[in-house]
Amino acid sequence: MSRSTRRRAVSALFSAACAASVIFALVPLALILFYLLQKGIGALEWGFLFHNPKPVGETGGGFANAIVGTLVLIGLASLFAVPIGVIAGLYVAEYRGSRFATLVRFAADALNGVPSIVVGIFAYSVAVMPVRRFSAIAGGFALGVMMIPIIARTTEELLRLVPESLRDGALALGATRSRAAWSVVLPAALPGILTGILVAVARIAGETAPLLFTAFGNRFFSTRLDQPIAALTVQIYTYAVSPYEDWHRQAWAGAFLLVVVVFVLSVAARLATRRLERMHG
Amino acid sequence: MTTETMTMPETMNIAAPRPTPPVRATGPASVGSEVVRVQTVGLDFFYGKTQALFDVSLAVPEKSVTALIGPSGCGKSTFLRCLNRMNDLIPDTRVEGEVLLDGEDIYSSGMDVVALRRRIGLVFQKSNPFPKSIFENVAYGIRINGIGRRSELPERVEHALQRAALWGEVKDRLRSPALALSGGQQQRLCIARALAVEPEVLLMDEPASALDPIATQKIEELIWQLKANYTIVIVTHNMQQAARVSERTAFFMLGRLVEYDRTDKIFTNPGQRVTEDYITGRFG
Repeated sequence: MSRSTRRRAVSALFSAACAASVIFALVPLALILFYLLQKGIGALEWGFLFHNPKPVGETGGGFANAIVGTLVLIGLASLFAVPIGVIAGLYVAEYRGSRFATLVRFAADALNGVPSIVVGIFAYSVAVMPVRRFSAIAGGFALGVMMIPIIARTTEELLRLVPESLRDGALALGATRSRAAWSVVLPAALPGILTGILVAVARIAGETAPLLFTAFGNRFFSTRLDQPIAALTVQIYTYAVSPYEDWHRQAWAGAFLLVVVVFVLSVAARLATRRLERMHG
Repeated sequence: MTTETMTMPETMNIAAPRPTPPVRATGPASVGSEVVRVQTVGLDFFYGKTQALFDVSLAVPEKSVTALIGPSGCGKSTFLRCLNRMNDLIPDTRVEGEVLLDGEDIYSSGMDVVALRRRIGLVFQKSNPFPKSIFENVAYGIRINGIGRRSELPERVEHALQRAALWGEVKDRLRSPALALSGGQQQRLCIARALAVEPEVLLMDEPASALDPIATQKIEELIWQLKANYTIVIVTHNMQQAARVSERTAFFMLGRLVEYDRTDKIFTNPGQRVTEDYITGRFG
């Protein structure tokens, strides 16, 4: 075999290996989507989106309570986690190198690695035990705790991408350091930070464990923050382990809906990032 | 530093009583009978253990253009940034000697650095407009310094843009993003932004080095106009530019001020051999 034929053969082999790996990586995703759609399609209808669960034994009903509940929980979590995460990221980016900033970054990484069930237990002991009641607030708190490190880290990374010259420009005009960070550096990174927030939302939208003993779930439509509230993930779990055929179908449909929501959020984040890159590129 | 003393007659003034503003400096390195606005006395600057400026004493006269020239790495930009304490932002740096603004040491402990930077503006080598609208870029300094009444803001922005010779080109699109402007326009916007806070001294760090000849010419014409009202210190790599825009030229080499004199003298009859070698392009 001549040298060049061998080289071409090796190259083709590696290309094939790469293509095969890509396919293996994508196949599970395609299978999941296909499977969810196939199993849940029977229950995916307007009623599923807009009706509340029917009493046990009756067929029909839907996930409206869980959809609204998840939105409420995400809203609460964001309300709590976005300011803290962004400000923590801003601090770490502005004072990088200082001992406390290093500590904050390390803490964020550690928190990011804490299993979600542990976060749930923490939220239970802080937000459920003292008032002796499961609540939307406790669920939002648990999800928020999970969001903080994600937002803090993306914020920090994006702020570091902002050219130093912008900060210098603001300082040269007589801005204080915090003013420059707040009014020039942060707005310059804002689209990216919003992307980070979307990613964090996509991440927590699919969490079940932290909600099991905080938000708890609710068979009824509720938007009261001091009461247990339904969530897509918890309701999927409850329906999936139930003995009713109709509930199983709805659980599949709920799972499909959840995947679609997370997928849409990821794509939105992706598009926003690309737009940002084009703006700065 | 004994070898340097010949070019540093002013270092002998250190022991003299602190001059009070306005100062009329004397001696060969001074500026004759003009009023001195900014003056350094025996300025040393260190990046960590590396010394970047050695005993620089230089007096900048009011309402004129002073050019700083010299080969790359000679310390002229470092010197410029010492004048409004922008070097403070670089960790592990140290300043010795004095920088006087109207006779007051800007490195004294009581100096408000933020207020100082408003009085001494800086235009950077690479234009750095904020990713905001044209209007907001110019308004930024006015807002953060709380200058004037809010209702006067549009007037002040217009005035600054006019002084930077940019108003005619942007007056119909003040709300469009600054980053959409051309390179030369962006640099003039940065000058307008610096002028908007009404500084007394304007430092320019190679303001035209990234621009094409036409944009460069506009910036030079602008500098020419601005010196009627401002004290300007400009760092440039372009010798013709120094000759065109400045009244006085300081030649730096290896962190030392080699020669400082009237621009026509520096370019026609320099006192030092190295200055002549540099200006005639024998090195650098």
